[in-house]
Amino acid sequence: MANNADTHVKNRTEYEYSRRRSADEMRGQVTTFAIMIFLTLIAFSAVYAGFSAYYVAPIILLLAVVQVVLQLYYFMHMSQKGHETASMFLYTGVLIAFITVLTFLTIIWW
Amino acid sequence: MDLNSKYTPQSWPEHPEQATLEGKNKFVGFWLFLGGETVLFASLFATYLALKNKGPSGMEFTTQGLFELPLVFIMTMLLLTSSLTSVYAMYHMRNYNFKAMQAWLMITVLLGAAFLGFEIYEFNHYVHLGFTYDQSAFSTAFFTLVGTHGLHVLIGLGWIILLMIRNAKRGLNLYNAPKYYVASLYWHFIDVVWVFIFTVVYLMGALE
Amino acid sequence: MSLIAEKKSFGAVLWDYLTTVDHKKIAILYLIAGGIFFIIGGIEAMLIRIQLAVPDNDFVAAGLYNQILTMHGTTMIFLAAMPLLFAFMNAVVPLQIGARDVAFPFLNSLGFWMFFFGGIFLNLSWFMGGAPDAGWTSYASLSIASPGHGIDFYALGLQISGGGTLIAGINFLVTIINMRAPGMTYMRMPLFTWSTFVASALVLFAFPPLTVGLFLMIFDRMFSGNFFNHLLGGNTIIWEHLFWIFGHPEVYILALPAFGIFSEIIPTFARKRLFGYSAMVFATVLIGFLGFMVWAHHMFTTGMGATANAIFAVATMAIAVPTGVKIFNWLLTMWGGNVKFTTPMLYALGFIPSFVAGGVTGVMQASAPLDYQLHDTYFIVAHFHYVIIGGVVFGLLAGLHFYWPLMFNTMLNETLGKITFWLFFIGFHATFFIQHFLGLLGMPRRVFTYGADQGWDLFNLISSYGAIFMAVAVVVLVANIIMTIAKNQPVGRDPWEDGRTLEWAIPQPVPFYNFKQTPLVRGLDTYWIEKQEGNKEGMTYAEPVMDIHMPNNSIIPFIMAFGLFVGAFGALFNGEKAWAVPVLILGLLITFISMGARSLKDDLGYHIHKEDLLNDKGGKH
Ligand code: HEM
Ligand SMILES: [Cu+2]
Repeated sequence: MANNADTHVKNRTEYEYSRRRSADEMRGQVTTFAIMIFLTLIAFSAVYAGFSAYYVAPIILLLAVVQVVLQLYYFMHMSQKGHETASMFLYTGVLIAFITVLTFLTIIWW
Repeated sequence: MDLNSKYTPQSWPEHPEQATLEGKNKFVGFWLFLGGETVLFASLFATYLALKNKGPSGMEFTTQGLFELPLVFIMTMLLLTSSLTSVYAMYHMRNYNFKAMQAWLMITVLLGAAFLGFEIYEFNHYVHLGFTYDQSAFSTAFFTLVGTHGLHVLIGLGWIILLMIRNAKRGLNLYNAPKYYVASLYWHFIDVVWVFIFTVVYLMGALE
Repeated sequence: MSLIAEKKSFGAVLWDYLTTVDHKKIAILYLIAGGIFFIIGGIEAMLIRIQLAVPDNDFVAAGLYNQILTMHGTTMIFLAAMPLLFAFMNAVVPLQIGARDVAFPFLNSLGFWMFFFGGIFLNLSWFMGGAPDAGWTSYASLSIASPGHGIDFYALGLQISGGGTLIAGINFLVTIINMRAPGMTYMRMPLFTWSTFVASALVLFAFPPLTVGLFLMIFDRMFSGNFFNHLLGGNTIIWEHLFWIFGHPEVYILALPAFGIFSEIIPTFARKRLFGYSAMVFATVLIGFLGFMVWAHHMFTTGMGATANAIFAVATMAIAVPTGVKIFNWLLTMWGGNVKFTTPMLYALGFIPSFVAGGVTGVMQASAPLDYQLHDTYFIVAHFHYVIIGGVVFGLLAGLHFYWPLMFNTMLNETLGKITFWLFFIGFHATFFIQHFLGLLGMPRRVFTYGADQGWDLFNLISSYGAIFMAVAVVVLVANIIMTIAKNQPVGRDPWEDGRTLEWAIPQPVPFYNFKQTPLVRGLDTYWIEKQEGNKEGMTYAEPVMDIHMPNNSIIPFIMAFGLFVGAFGALFNGEKAWAVPVLILGLLITFISMGARSLKDDLGYHIHKEDLLNDKGGKH
């Protein structure tokens, strides 16, 4: 089993560059967080506002999906490279999840 | 892998979680596991949706009457924030700043524990109203879905705490960096599931 | 540490196997355990056929018959067929892709022990008040009403062994994704590796619904849940869906690796490269994918409505297309080849028409209106035995003969092997072909007897005689195995002489570190290429001889699985015995504390040094 990690020592510029980049990235994460909070607020207030369920339900579902995508792509780094296999399997899972929920909403008969 | 090789922030790799083959395996394996967990939760959601509001004839409990949205809102904020704090922890891991990482994980754990505390309070409250686990198909499905999520939170807490304790003396190295990373993925996934729970179970449940 | 094999005491060998993390030894464990469960399931099958041999028989009572029937199906699917396939996957896949090890050696061992303890737990039901009796599908409407603890054993036992299966699946996936040797691109992977990959992906996505289904069952039966209690709003159809969302992929989890084994055997003995490699790969992936879209064809008669039935009927029929592609590719591989009729090849030849017959009846059943006639009759029994025996069991027996020399460095006797094949082949068709007609004559499945005036006597008798042939075949096989082990005649590398893939290029017995130097893969059928170029070594190397890193053995997987086994007894007797909850907690504590112990210490493995490797002629650990 290969266990020798690459032991590259960064020189000063490289180091500072990578520090700066990860600090930038972290700032991006905080923005993502702010958006997520915002989406949550909209979802809760849409329900409180008392609009018709036909409007609100699809909207809050959409908000949930957006929020989850942010979580996956930014917080969980799926937007970075090296996640091809991961996303392939995750999407397969999502597809099967979708079909499962769909059947249980339609052909469970009561 | 040699645990004794000391790293400096300069020699610490860009992606410590994937710097060794063991790390890469953990990383890929854990993502696959999350793919499986997606289907697991989908099965629970599907079951819940098929059984919600179903019970003995004349049952008094409905999603509209039962759920306490303000409580759910607080819980959501706690869990969302804990997701951000674990991002901070991973940020410091990449910068080889062990102390800061542990500190942010500590905050994450506290937020998670608060979430769990509210959940226990909530369940307890329902049980007092008579909405017990065996009251109806609805109650069974509700407690099973939300409880499974709660169990995940509990496991996540135990996992992170164990990691923090076991490494407190060891510090950060390429052996435990993947473990931290994967635990944080798990924590985010718990949040992903919660987003669907608060939307599908609570918010859509509250709609008329 | 010496690399040369020494004679060890029995205790030392046992300890070695209890703690091993070597995929080759875990393969042997799967082979032994799966083999024993296969024999148990086979005995249950014989009891079924004895009972049904003549009308109005009272050899076993109705209740006991239900238990035998249920345990036969459950054992064969979960405890025999799948573990036996895992045996070959463990033995072959890492070698085939040029890996020194699997991705998660520790988890690999945990997966085995969970399967093992789950299987033992399930079978203990026989001695603790009766086995499950609601069929291997355990439909909730039946199983919730079943008295005693049989169903509890089913749900808990499958939960434990299912966890093991999921772990094994993830391990294979990551091994194949991350640990391929240089040059082993996805499109150079042998088909057994490909089918292992796809089958493991099916495990990953199909087992969670089963897990959930089983939990619902456990909660309803042991912890006063109401999922399936219609008086309190429950719905038993939920179980059917969850079970079949798992169940149909499950049949491909079994079938695809068997296809993979045949895709190795046929080119080897036709001495010709596999025809249409990329089409084969594509068909495998497509079958895996479509396998998830068709589950409701098992539920046509539950009343899902015409639209749903039509959708699932069409989707089901679509699977026949990639399956047909595979059949034609196998035929065209043999076409014009210089075929050598070894035992594995005989199974391959027997497999093709048998599996086609099963596929054809499958497509017939996929037509929903016709299925209203066929459903729950012996026609269904005939169908799935044609696919499961004609496909999976033939594949297992073929694989057993084919890979035996790879796993044990000895060769099963060919003459006895061929006798086994012919007995089994004749017995199989005699038993099951006639059941199609029994079904068409209206004989329902899962009945413990029938009347003499129903016109089913003769066909049932023939069917039972056929079963005797299969039983004799298995006896001959066991004799063959015992003789081979007793003789213990080493055969060395590439015993079939026509090996094409990397696993045959390794010296025998396979060193415990697999490859002294990681190989460089230069194309499909690597070993064949090297042989063609007259390379005596059989491999081109990607690296010089270097230190090799190995994982440490560990007893913890065994203890973790044992803890779950203990805890399951607690769950089973919940609400009935005062000690139930403490035992449940105790079991979980054993599991979690040993897990914690594992994670608290640094387990870095050890290194085999370059000098030792160079002196060593390559022997077993
Ligand atoms: C072209 C391929 C196939 C088609 C179209 C097909 C179709 C079907 C259909 C429609 C049924 C439901 C019949 C009923 O209960 O009314 C069925 C049952 C079954 N099939 Fe298949 N099948 C195929 C391949 C397989 C394979 C490869 C396996 C296993 C390796 C398999 C195993 C089973 C089993 C075990 C059952 C019975 C389950 C039960 O009710 O207990 N099938 N098949
Ligand atoms: Cu099917």
